Amino acid sequence: MTPALDIDRLGVLFDDFVALNDVSLTVAPGESFGLVGESGSGKSTLLRAVAGLAPVSGGTIKVNGRQLDGKRSKEFYRQVQMVFQDPYGSLHPRQTVDRLLLEPLAIHGFDDAEKRIVRALEEVGLGSGFRFRYSHQLSGGQRQRVAIARALILEPSILLLDEPTSALDASVQAEVLNLLEEVRAARKLTFVMVSHDLAVVTHMCDRLMVMQSGSEVELLTAADLASRNVSQDYTRSLLVASEGFRRSA
Amino acid sequence: MSALLEVEDLRVSFPTRSGVVEAVRGVSFALGRERLGIVGESGSGKSQTGRAIMGLTPEHGRITAKKLEFSGVDLLKTSKAERRALRGNRIAMILQDPKYSLNPVMTIGRQIVETLRTHEKVSGADARKRALDMLAAVQIRDPERVFGLYPHEVSGGMGQRAMIAMMLVAGPELLIADEPTSALDVTVQLEVLGILNRLVEQRGMGLIFISHDLRLVSSFCDRVIVMYAGRIVEELQAGELAHAKHPYTQGLLNCMPRIDNDRHPLPVLDRQPEWAL
Repeated sequence: MTPALDIDRLGVLFDDFVALNDVSLTVAPGESFGLVGESGSGKSTLLRAVAGLAPVSGGTIKVNGRQLDGKRSKEFYRQVQMVFQDPYGSLHPRQTVDRLLLEPLAIHGFDDAEKRIVRALEEVGLGSGFRFRYSHQLSGGQRQRVAIARALILEPSILLLDEPTSALDASVQAEVLNLLEEVRAARKLTFVMVSHDLAVVTHMCDRLMVMQSGSEVELLTAADLASRNVSQDYTRSLLVASEGFRRSA
Repeated sequence: MSALLEVEDLRVSFPTRSGVVEAVRGVSFALGRERLGIVGESGSGKSQTGRAIMGLTPEHGRITAKKLEFSGVDLLKTSKAERRALRGNRIAMILQDPKYSLNPVMTIGRQIVETLRTHEKVSGADARKRALDMLAAVQIRDPERVFGLYPHEVSGGMGQRAMIAMMLVAGPELLIADEPTSALDVTVQLEVLGILNRLVEQRGMGLIFISHDLRLVSSFCDRVIVMYAGRIVEELQAGELAHAKHPYTQGLLNCMPRIDNDRHPLPVLDRQPEWAL
């Protein structure tokens, strides 16, 4: 079976700064893969490199068996969609939800826009009452739902999620994570999810990669992490940190 | 023990075009020299509570309370000048993101010295020395170097330490920390909390720790107040988090994904309208 995403020794350079250094990974179709690390670990850069938003300096990226080079094709963006961290920044402030959802459909020449918009809104649990609102009239969780609807409306096979819930309250995070799991199951989507939160990634992903300063630290399954079966000190320190503050003697 | 801070029936409201919005609706608590956590989601009024105590409520906001007293000073009756004398001197506040809350065109050292000299009569050399000592106290390895740096030249963790140094240099009795570590990486978060914890203990300050992260707060504070829609719904000893009675607190705890507890789908918070009554 061809992997949905096959990355081989990918490098990203910002001038002289090595943001990503020879990182390789494969994600099977329908799998949910997580990238964990602190700021500057290169986890978001990896995602952006796949989406064509970061200057790739070496290595190859294959999506569904096809190698990507240079400018991404329209077809690529139908297959691969991205959801960004900050729902306050990623929605156009002067467009209604309807307009926001129409845009990708218009670009890709879909003709049954009306039906798709209604269905997309329903799928993310918003309903048509939200269709003609502006993003400032929505809460953070609702905005992130719109962003997810916008990504799903083209029926992609791969969804790139860059910290999709870190700007949300814990209770809203639970709702959005549940929604993401539902749509993944319903549409057999492949997820690549970036998060700094180990618990979120373990919850959402089958396998994950721990990253630090642009390189891979360790490749783990969610079960490994749950049973603390990790070999690198860095991963261990992340695990300790995720347990909260402990007053030392 | 007399309380450092007494708050009784605190209300903060803002007039808007569509009527008056009550952000805080009757909050009461007393604080000694201890660590108190205030937890809630966005819009719960936790930050406005902190700001009202600090005297940073926006001009158009209205504050009422039966009592708002800081070690014998009635904060409702103080003039702006008296408030300024208190603020930064006896009550200090740490904000969330050092990127936005430090002055970008002033070196870190000068900002610390400025705080100190606003409240105390000290010579330039003394002020500099105390600022350097303070930077060392927040475990900055090379205080001399960091003293001369601008905020954009340091990392988030370093910036937040500089902020703590700045807030503590005048030796406040009460420290309000509003999401002090939410903008930091998890590992850095713990370092900064460790520093904060040590300084608060050494100096015997009162601390109000405001955060959305119930788990973090309960691991850091002695006592936790849980707020919902402008009210306190529950008050807990930090160790008794597992025995929380209010469904909102339980829901908040439950809806967090945990590494060693696989639950699909995650339980979500079923908000009851009567919680907000």
